[in-house]
Amino acid sequence: MLARRKSTISLPLLAVILCVLLHETVHARPADAIFRVDRINALAAVVIFSAVVLLYTRWAKQGKTLFLRKIAGLDAVEEAVGRATEMGKPVLFIPGIQEIDEIETIAGIAILGRVARITAQYETPLFVPVRYPMVLAAGQEVVEQAYIEAGKPDSYNKDIVRYVAGEQFAFTATVNGMMLRDRPAANIYMGAFFAESLLLAETGNAAGSIQIAGTARPEQLPFFIAACDYTLMGEELYAASAYLSHEPLMLGGLKGQDLMKVFIVAAIIIGIILMTFGWGETFQVLFKES
Amino acid sequence: MKTTVPVILAFLAGLVMIVSFFFNPERTILGRLESEVLVWVTIVGGFSLLLGVVSITRVNWRAVQMRKSGWGYSLCTLLAVFIMAIPAMLPVSWSTKFGRNEGSLYDWLFFWVDYPMMATMFAMLAFYIASAAYRAFRARTPEATLLLLTATVVMLWRIPMGETFLRLFSDRLPEWINTYIMGGANLAVQRGILIGAALGAASMSLRLMLGIERTYMGKG
Repeated sequence: MLARRKSTISLPLLAVILCVLLHETVHARPADAIFRVDRINALAAVVIFSAVVLLYTRWAKQGKTLFLRKIAGLDAVEEAVGRATEMGKPVLFIPGIQEIDEIETIAGIAILGRVARITAQYETPLFVPVRYPMVLAAGQEVVEQAYIEAGKPDSYNKDIVRYVAGEQFAFTATVNGMMLRDRPAANIYMGAFFAESLLLAETGNAAGSIQIAGTARPEQLPFFIAACDYTLMGEELYAASAYLSHEPLMLGGLKGQDLMKVFIVAAIIIGIILMTFGWGETFQVLFKES
Repeated sequence: MKTTVPVILAFLAGLVMIVSFFFNPERTILGRLESEVLVWVTIVGGFSLLLGVVSITRVNWRAVQMRKSGWGYSLCTLLAVFIMAIPAMLPVSWSTKFGRNEGSLYDWLFFWVDYPMMATMFAMLAFYIASAAYRAFRARTPEATLLLLTATVVMLWRIPMGETFLRLFSDRLPEWINTYIMGGANLAVQRGILIGAALGAASMSLRLMLGIERTYMGKG
């Protein structure tokens, strides 16, 4: 009854808002319009994408089995921590060098939680140098929670996640120094990296560490591929937390993302055919960036 | 409570960013929300700098106190942090060496110590590229051989002398490399990775907004 009352109130309200927006959009000049009609294609993409992801999430919630291909780099995380435990050496984790408002950093922090849980279980030392204080706060929270959930709250100390420098190359020099002095058995780089990617990965390689990297920046991928044992490329970085958790709800999001890729590939093929025959002008407008 | 409040805040922050993108910032407050929120982020970031100073001081001071291996580096770090920061915070009216103006101690240290050291680190990249390239381009498999040949041709095309050498074979060879290797195969792969990464980022953002992804709080 309550739900029905809510919908009877919200529908007219929604209709009024839409009418106002439509009126504004049709009658106002583009510069004066309230709604950015030139971005309607982006809005459609957001709606379709959200619908697809939510649909798969719902299916996953209902218990539908979702296939996920193997990601060797993520399977190697436990192996790398195990190696560090056997050698009695630490694990070094870098969640990129960007701020916490960067989605790659959040993905890195999410993976850090998983890695910290494994190091807590094995009682392996973990070092997490960071470049921004806000990443420091988030990293400390995640690692502390991981140690508590692993039943080892006493093994946690605040200096596991440490702020080392705010400058890109000062950060790199400090981390390289740590690698050469402490000789970590495993180095894990997950997040946004720039020119320092090769400086870090080559030093880790020279120190004899097993190295796992993941970044969404195509220009840094060749460096990681050349210097690391395993590399997560692009979307694999964002899939990592879902892959490691095996939570159906999170896997649903990944499947939705795959379906969107099918849509995009189909649009590319249709676009190629239409443009080849000179009929693609209208189709091209659908994907115009504003 | 500890989980619900961050999830609600993440949802609202994400919603603000999405809604703001579709509204005209000149006409509505909705359109201006994005830039407003980004200002808040900068302010919070400024305050959080104190956390960084506390962390760097605690870790390095402990290393010096306990004479851990490499404690000398920790001492240098502590000295560098405070010698740079304290004179920069003192008022210029006390001395021209204070503050961050031209001629101040901070200015001198930045241009004659910090900047050259950063440039040195960046310059060292050339040597690291050489050692990584040596490992990556060893022709052990057919794929590695193809990579080696392609890389050799591209590197020749990138240097003036190499381009002259390539033109000995055909005048159109440099343009061919640019069109088919860099603009074709290389760009196609880069775009493929970018599309996948963009969808991955969007999917993760949606999971964060809806509270499905809570690993960033150490949950799940």
